[in-house]
Amino acid sequence: MDQVFGNIGMLFEFPVVNVKIILDGLMIGALFALAAYGLALVWGVMNVKNLAQGDFVMAGGYIAWWLTGKGLPPLLGVPIAFVMLWGIGWIIYKLVISRVIGRDLFTSLLATFGVAIMMAQILNLLFGSDTQSVKLEYETLYFFDGFVDVPIAKLIGVIMAAGLAAGVIYFMKTSRMGQAIRATAQNPRAARVMGIDTDKVYGFTFSLNAAICGAAGAIIVMVWLIQPFYGITYSIRSFVIVTAAGLGNLPGVIAAGLGIGMLEQYGAHVFGIGYQQAIAVLLLLLVLMVRLAQQRRVRQVLK
Amino acid sequence: MMKLRGIGLGFAVTAALVAMPMTASAMECEQITLGSAISLTGKYATNGIHAKNGYEFAIQKIKENGGIKIGDKCYNFNVIYYDDESKGDRGATLAERLISQDKVQYMLGPYSSGLTKAIAPVTEKYKIPMVEAEGASRSLFNKGRKYLFAVLSTSEQYLASAVTLAAEKAKEAGKETSSVKVAVAVENDPFSLDIRAGVLDDAKKYSMNVVIDEKLPRDLSDMSAILTKVKLLKPDLLIVSGHSKGAATAVRQIGEMKIDVPMIAITHCEAADVTGKFGDVANDILCSTQWAETLSYEDPIFGTAANYEKEFKAAFTEYSDKTVPYQTAQASAAVYVFKDAFERAKSLDKEKVRDALASTELMTFYGKIKFAPEGNNIAKPMVLRQIQDGKYNVVAPSEFASHKLNYPRMAK
Repeated sequence: MDQVFGNIGMLFEFPVVNVKIILDGLMIGALFALAAYGLALVWGVMNVKNLAQGDFVMAGGYIAWWLTGKGLPPLLGVPIAFVMLWGIGWIIYKLVISRVIGRDLFTSLLATFGVAIMMAQILNLLFGSDTQSVKLEYETLYFFDGFVDVPIAKLIGVIMAAGLAAGVIYFMKTSRMGQAIRATAQNPRAARVMGIDTDKVYGFTFSLNAAICGAAGAIIVMVWLIQPFYGITYSIRSFVIVTAAGLGNLPGVIAAGLGIGMLEQYGAHVFGIGYQQAIAVLLLLLVLMVRLAQQRRVRQVLK
Repeated sequence: MMKLRGIGLGFAVTAALVAMPMTASAMECEQITLGSAISLTGKYATNGIHAKNGYEFAIQKIKENGGIKIGDKCYNFNVIYYDDESKGDRGATLAERLISQDKVQYMLGPYSSGLTKAIAPVTEKYKIPMVEAEGASRSLFNKGRKYLFAVLSTSEQYLASAVTLAAEKAKEAGKETSSVKVAVAVENDPFSLDIRAGVLDDAKKYSMNVVIDEKLPRDLSDMSAILTKVKLLKPDLLIVSGHSKGAATAVRQIGEMKIDVPMIAITHCEAADVTGKFGDVANDILCSTQWAETLSYEDPIFGTAANYEKEFKAAFTEYSDKTVPYQTAQASAAVYVFKDAFERAKSLDKEKVRDALASTELMTFYGKIKFAPEGNNIAKPMVLRQIQDGKYNVVAPSEFASHKLNYPRMAK
């Protein structure tokens, strides 16, 4: 307990710590937001809760890492992981997901959980269980007397994440396919009546989600590290973020992603790094409780 | 399936041996069957395979040296492997199966303290002697087990020598050891908590001041929160243990955040390949290891530690461009301990073999092996190596050290 107070005291004694924590949180949060954004898409459009979200992230990371090992410039790993994961996502959609759409909640949860286990084990067999990362040969920027560090690699990662998110939002808003996806999300039956090939839309959405996750993974391998069994942490955070922000609320997803990134960093500072993820799960609980209370109110009105 | 593969491998080895010019007696050797549930898939797969390769290499070397001689008969080892998928419950089930279905009378250990903890109660129940090489947690050796023997040093010794080193440096500078500030960040698992206990015990002995004492999560990929505190509190010694992800995360972020601590000691440097991945940043970091190929240990089967490294690389070419991990060396040592015990027991009776194991006093390429009544090896010290210009050089304990310690560490 003393340690917790000591840590809180540190925040006031050295205000610059806050700058560091917030910056770190925002940078981490941007990548959480990316994976969560993909989940929001799949959840909103297909009503499939994809538990393999984090494993797509890891797969993207491993593709980028493998290519870097083959001598490719690391930044090129991001678009390649995007394309490769698009293909993998499409195959998984055809093999598994297309059969569980429209089934109840547990069928889709079980199916995607199975996909998650398979993917983690395949990555483990292919690349081994050691942690991997790619080191970018960029400088680190220092502020506040060297206390706050911003590695340019991280900055590039965040900018790429932002660019990707902006690109996807623009695509959803303006393209025919984007319109079709949104129409299907609103009412699949009506969309079919209007001549939209919903099966194609579903396949496209799921592939797009996998591709976004893949790109996120390729960025993560450049700034942190990956391991075949790390996927689950990204899945959990995606769920927390989407649950907090609500489906179909893209700015909300991004804000929640950045917020959770920051709160986790504060939690890690105050309670110790071992509780970093507990913060995310605690938030999920809180959000669910609030949502439940809200729904109860709605039901009472319906009576 | 795994069993089939194990047998297949056995055939392959036998075939290779028949093809080799051998003395007549070696060909007539009978077989002693050992059992092992080991992680070939799952999160421990990398190290599980290292250990299995170590077992196989030792078996082959013993075979080439005329096998195990009991009276006027000779024997060779043969191992039935099952894949425990890195899961404790699976490991325990497979140990049951090895003992009750395959009628295995002697066991080689699995990989990791956790798996050893899962299997040891089973081997103990059936009174099956098990020599293990990959479970270092000291909690394995306080249950009064009689059939468990471990060739490696227990985990609380892993980084304790770094504390001693920091105390020496403080005295050299004319300071009290109580002025030394220690920061500890270890993962929340039995192995790393042992390391923490060893460090805290020794720090207390020197009345050092522990300024940071935090647990790392299992799926760590960011420890900037701890390193920020390190920057503020300026400890003299930073201890990090969190398997390979702990090592990789720590070294990466120590570089990014320009952490300037005079002495940094971590575990799993080689597994995380910190020199290959992070280059100069890793310089002057201390790494603990059970064994190093530069140590001056020697035995009649494997020769010197350096010779072990050379021959192992020739036999397993996938290791040719990296250093042989100590996980492999200690696995080989475990097989060697079994050979020695069988020869001294002069019998295949498992009780006699157990008693022979308990009185082992053996010099190996891996270090001296002598078991405490609890089964842990008390004769071999842990080794600290410092990364100097990208190379791992032994700096402690001083009697085996090949290089001088760089102190204080220069932040790169």
